[in-house]
Order: sequence, then structure tokens, then C-alpha cells
Amino acid sequence: MSRLLLVWCPDWPVIAAGIVDGVDVHGPVAVLFANRVVACSEAARVEGVRRGLRKREAQGRCPRLTVVEHDPARDARAFEPVVAAVEELAPGVEVVRPGACAMAARGPSRYFGSEERAAERIVEHVAQTCTVEAQVGIAEGVFAARLAARAGRLIPPGGTGAFLAGLNISTVDRPELVDLLRRLGIGTLGAFASLPPADVLARFGLDAALAQRMAAGLDERPLAARQPPPDLDVSQTFDEPLERVDAAAFAARQLAQRLHDRLAGHGLACTRLGIVAVTEHGEELHRTWRHDGLLDAAAIAERLRWQLDGWLSGTSHGLGRPTAGILRLRLIPDGVLAHAGFQLGLWGDAGQERDRAHRALTRVQGMLGPEAVLTAVLGGGRDPADQVRLVPWGDERVPARPGAPGASGENSAAPPWPGRMPAPSPATVPPEPLPATVLDPGGAPVQVNARLALTGSPRFVALGRESPVEITGWAGPWPVEERWWAPAEADRRVRFQVCLADGRALLLSLSSGCWWVIGVYD
Amino acid sequence: MAGIVALRRRHDEAGPVPTSTGDAGTDPAGRTATLIRDAGLSGLVRPASAHTGEAAGTGGDRMLPVLPELRPLLPAGGLRRGSTVAVTPGHTSILLALLVEASVAGSWCAVVGLPSLGALAAAELGIAMDRLALVPHPGPEWPAVVGALLDGFDLVVAAPPGPVAAGVAGRLAARARQRGSVLVPCATWAGADVVLDSPGGGWEGLDRGHGRLRRRYLTITASGRGAAARRREVTVWLPGPLGRLADAPPAATPRAVEAPILVAV
Repeated sequence: MSRLLLVWCPDWPVIAAGIVDGVDVHGPVAVLFANRVVACSEAARVEGVRRGLRKREAQGRCPRLTVVEHDPARDARAFEPVVAAVEELAPGVEVVRPGACAMAARGPSRYFGSEERAAERIVEHVAQTCTVEAQVGIAEGVFAARLAARAGRLIPPGGTGAFLAGLNISTVDRPELVDLLRRLGIGTLGAFASLPPADVLARFGLDAALAQRMAAGLDERPLAARQPPPDLDVSQTFDEPLERVDAAAFAARQLAQRLHDRLAGHGLACTRLGIVAVTEHGEELHRTWRHDGLLDAAAIAERLRWQLDGWLSGTSHGLGRPTAGILRLRLIPDGVLAHAGFQLGLWGDAGQERDRAHRALTRVQGMLGPEAVLTAVLGGGRDPADQVRLVPWGDERVPARPGAPGASGENSAAPPWPGRMPAPSPATVPPEPLPATVLDPGGAPVQVNARLALTGSPRFVALGRESPVEITGWAGPWPVEERWWAPAEADRRVRFQVCLADGRALLLSLSSGCWWVIGVYD
Repeated sequence: MAGIVALRRRHDEAGPVPTSTGDAGTDPAGRTATLIRDAGLSGLVRPASAHTGEAAGTGGDRMLPVLPELRPLLPAGGLRRGSTVAVTPGHTSILLALLVEASVAGSWCAVVGLPSLGALAAAELGIAMDRLALVPHPGPEWPAVVGALLDGFDLVVAAPPGPVAAGVAGRLAARARQRGSVLVPCATWAGADVVLDSPGGGWEGLDRGHGRLRRRYLTITASGRGAAARRREVTVWLPGPLGRLADAPPAATPRAVEAPILVAV
């Protein structure tokens, strides 16, 4: 039976809320899930708040109570630095759940001299690096170690059974079983453990039999130790700062090959690539590239070269030209996954043709820059232009807004976009809306009032400076009022479809008194 | 055997002399085609390149499919690889309808120089968005971009920014022929095999103040050279009532719109 050292941070959901959301954990705080308290701070406990209380009851006992919603992701995220701190002292840490992590006690206790000293060092280190209060327990098995950590005790070897025997049966954490056992007059773990195991299995089932083994201190589940993630970054410092694009391209190829070799050595491939360049004057430039497939050495080198080209020639958007040459380059692989070979498409669309097309596009990207070759991704929106997002070729195809037209039927969670223009959509969508004038039979401009009533029937439309054309059919106004809650982004407009005497059909939009052509059905 | 020898002799004779059929007199392949036609062997002789791949014998890989409604327009009933099919500017729907079937069948398409292409309309017609590459602003180097894309794509739509010199047009057409891609210029294009145009059409579904655009009957004409010299014409619903293309009644009389279906707008 292996001895385990378990580090336990009391009231972790509360502490995590304090770390992530900045809640004052010294005041009364309760974390609620499904209207029940799952954790509370010490101050709240003093006021009488307990686990399992309803929100109203808890607030009744402590009116100053700060209530936080339970978020397991937040707990796990906040616990990561604690695990890293523990890992600095002892390897092979398993995260039992956010707020508790376990490791074999043998290594640290021998390294630091004794179990007491190891426990002391770990608590101290966690407190210093993360300013988090932790308790350590050592016992045989995760279950016993957790109870020992709660009690803040280091159980001597062989004493686990005796330690558990005196504890309340409710520590088994199976409310129905505990309730049943209590009614049968079994109040401690020791009493439960002394029942004949075969009869427990026959009468209460497998789960109860497992609980009984835990109660007897025979929890033999081996520890699934966490592997610390390998350090995959590659970086290079240049003696001569890089000023010219060709020198940068040369360096890029070497660096890309090194990164690729390192990833391949771990059997990994990356789908995103972060490029960090530090210039001689200490400016730091950062850009992440996404890729829909796996990045190989040539693709890494290409992206690095494009990026350096953009930086050094000062053509990339949002960034001025760096004031000095690049002194240091760092590549950070992101979105790393196991490289299981390239999966060919079932119908051959990812095979040879795809490779041919990719090569051609890569060449065009080399000629015009990576942002010149685009692919359209359909998303949610109300006007034809809103529903299309153009992403550079090779980037991840993610829509700007969820709820693509075709997907709405299959995915009921997608927003429905009321007010979306119905199919057919215009085949020509001007990148910038074209100004237009719409006139009524008397020649006066047509407007729409706040009650969506037209000032006249649309009879003529003039595009830009062209002469007016007669309207043979029209429909509208179809109003849209988007993001009225955010004044800076609010947009209020009405749309019209018009059919012209020369056979054309247009999609017009009227906002703040101006008419625009936002689509041509040609 | 004797036939082949005779064919070879005639081929050698025909050498530098331009033959009477104007379109076939420029290159050796054209001369061979003429000879094959003259010798009555058109069903028996195929170029060696047709035998590559598993589809040899069917000729299926020499042709990119088009929607059944558009087949009567094209002399071969599809987009012959290596050909140039021009679409007169201002008829984006025809352009998109031409790509649909090939895209569905797995071909990759590229569109150069059309920043205003309605991707939503393309998707509604059935074009696969993940196999459609867009180069909206190719800049002054557009022939080089189109040339590079012809190497890798089955269908390349090119909308040049201005008039195209005959030399550039010929060079790109030759590149398409060599690579087995189909060039679809969206411009007046010298030497196109087929030119698709539309004298007009009309929309249905809109009235004064109500309704919505539902479908359009559109007459599409095809003219060209060689086998496409005879003018052809079809009338189709483009887009049809379901957004896709559909056959129109031969008379193409705009019928009364059926009872409107409720659609959330």
C-alpha cells in the first residue's frame, strides 16, 4: 500500500473566485450550484452558512453574503499555478479535483528528510508562490489522504485503518448510502468496514462495496500522475540584428526546421504558431498564425518569412516598422496535438487535388501576401454582407457570428437571426454600399418615418449619378434594429427589394435618410 | 496498320501547311484532330493524355460536369478541360451556376478579381465554400495570379480590371489547355471557346409594396467558335424557387406566382 501525500486547499471554489474574479474571500462568500451552497468562506461559516443550504436560507442567515455562481472551469484554471508550484518540489502530481492534488509521499519525504519536513516545505512554497493557504495530509490511499489533509494530520505508516475507523460515515460522500447506513445504526467508517464484504456487495451493490474498501483504507487506485508539458519553444538570438528580409528568411528556415524537429521528436504537430520577435531596442512583436491542417517545416518557415517580411518592410497592419533590427526570434507552438499522420478525406477531396490547390494558393500568397487569398465562411447575420466572413486561406474557418443559414435546422442552439433576408440572395454584394436615390411619382425623395410608413410610393431609383430607372415592383420596408443597447454599434435601418424596368433587381437599405444598394440580383 | 501508316503520311504532308478549318490549323494537336476527323476515326482515336488515370476509356475526367439545365449550352455537354468559357460581365448568377456541379463533384474553384461576389448566393446554389478560393484584389499582376491558379485549380474565374490584350488572353488560354483546367473569364475575351451571355430575364414575386423576390426566368445564350459556333439558347429559372437553378417552361412565360409561403423576414 503506497503512502500518498495530498495537498488540499480549503474552500477552493471560494478562493478561485477570489483569484479569478477578485471576490473578497475574507468576507462572507458562498458559491452556489443549482441554488444550493457548494462552498463557503470561513466568515460565512461563522455566520451559520453551510453546504447544501438554499440561496435564500443562506442569505437569511447572513445578509451580507456575496453569492458566486459555481464554475468548475474557473476552479481548474485557478488551481493550475498551485499544481505548478507543487510540481517544482515534487514530480508526479495528480490533480484529484480542483483544490486537491496528490503525489507519492516516498520521494519528497526522502528528499526533504522526513514526511513532516516535506509537508512543511510544500505548504510554505505554495503559500509563497501563489499566496494560497494549503493543508497537507499523508495516509495510505487517496481517500484516507484526503481526510487526513482535512484534519491536517500525517498518519503514521499502518495507522490509516485506525484513523479512518473513528471518522463519521458521512465522509464517504454518498448521501443515499450514508442515509441508509445511519438508519441501520452504522455511524462510523470503522463500523462500516467491519461488515462482511461479501454481504455488503450482495445487499448494497458494487458502489457500496467500493465505498467499503475505501472505508477500510484499502483504496488501491494507482495515482495517474500528471506529465509536465514538454518545453517546445525554440528561440534564437542573432549576433547581428536582422535588418534585411533575405537574411530573415534564411534564419526563418533554420528556426522552422528546429521547431519541426523538436515537435516530431515528441510525436507532436501544432495547429497554431506564435511568432515573437524582439528588436534591438526592446520592442516586442507578437503574432499568432492559425492553420487548418498541421504545420510542417515548410509551412512554418513560410509563415515566419511572411511575418518577418511584413514587419521588416513595415507593411503589416497596425504596427509601424520596428525602429531597429530583429535581435531575437521565438517560435511558440500552440494547439499542439499528437501527430497521427495526415488523414485523407473519405471522398478524395483532401488528397491530390487538395495538395495541388494548396500549392497554387501558396504561390499566390507568396506573390500577393497571405491576406490576399481568402475563403468565405458563412455565419449568422441579417444582411447578405453580414453573413459572410472572409478569412485568409489557411486560417481556421470560423464564422464571425454563429448560426449559418444551412446549419440552423440541424443545430437548435444556433441563434435564429429573425429579420434575415430570405433566399435567393444577391449574387453581387458590393464591398462598400453604393449610394442611391429613390423617388416617388412626384419626384420627391422617399423616406420612412418612425412608424415604418413610407412618405410616398417608390417609383424611380437612381444609382449614383445615373439617370433614374422606373421601379416595376417593390417590397418592404423590412426593419432591422441591431445592438440598440450599445450606442456606439447601434444600427437602425430598413431594407427594400426593388425590381427595375430594365430587368434588374436590387436590395436597398435605408438608414438615417440615405439609400444604399447593398445587393444586386444579377 | 495500313490506316495508321496512311495517317502518319498525311500528317507529315500536312506539316507546315495551314489546313482549311481555321481553328485547328495552329498547333500540331489541332492538325492531328483534323486528320482524325477527315479519316473518319473520331470514335477510335483518342489522345494519349486521355488514357491517364483510372477513368481512361470513359473520357469522364476530360470533362467537368455542369448542371443538367446548362448542358444544352455547351457543345460537349460539360466544361471540357482546357477550354475557355467566357461569361459576359454583369451576369454573376450565370457564372456561379457554371461552377456548381463541378464544385459539388469535388473540384476546386478560384475566383480572381471579383470583390463583390456574393458568397451567400454561391452557397445557396450549392458551391462548396471550403473549396472556393477568392482573390478579390489581384492587382496589376493578375495574369500571373490567374496563371498560378490554373496550375492547381480545375476552374478559375478571372475578372480582369480592364480590357485584356489578345496576347495575355492567348497565353492564359494556352496555360489552361496545358494544365487541363477550365478558364472562365468574366470579361470580353478574345478567342474564348464559348461565350455565355443573357439578353435578359425577369423576376417574379415582387408587386407594388408586397411580396418578395422568388425566382427569375433567365434566357442564356451561348456562342463561340468551332463546335460552339451554332448559337444556342436556353431559358431557366435562375435562381429557381428553392434558390437553385431549375428548368423553365419552354415559352418562358412568367406565370402567376403561387400562394406565398410564410417566411420569417
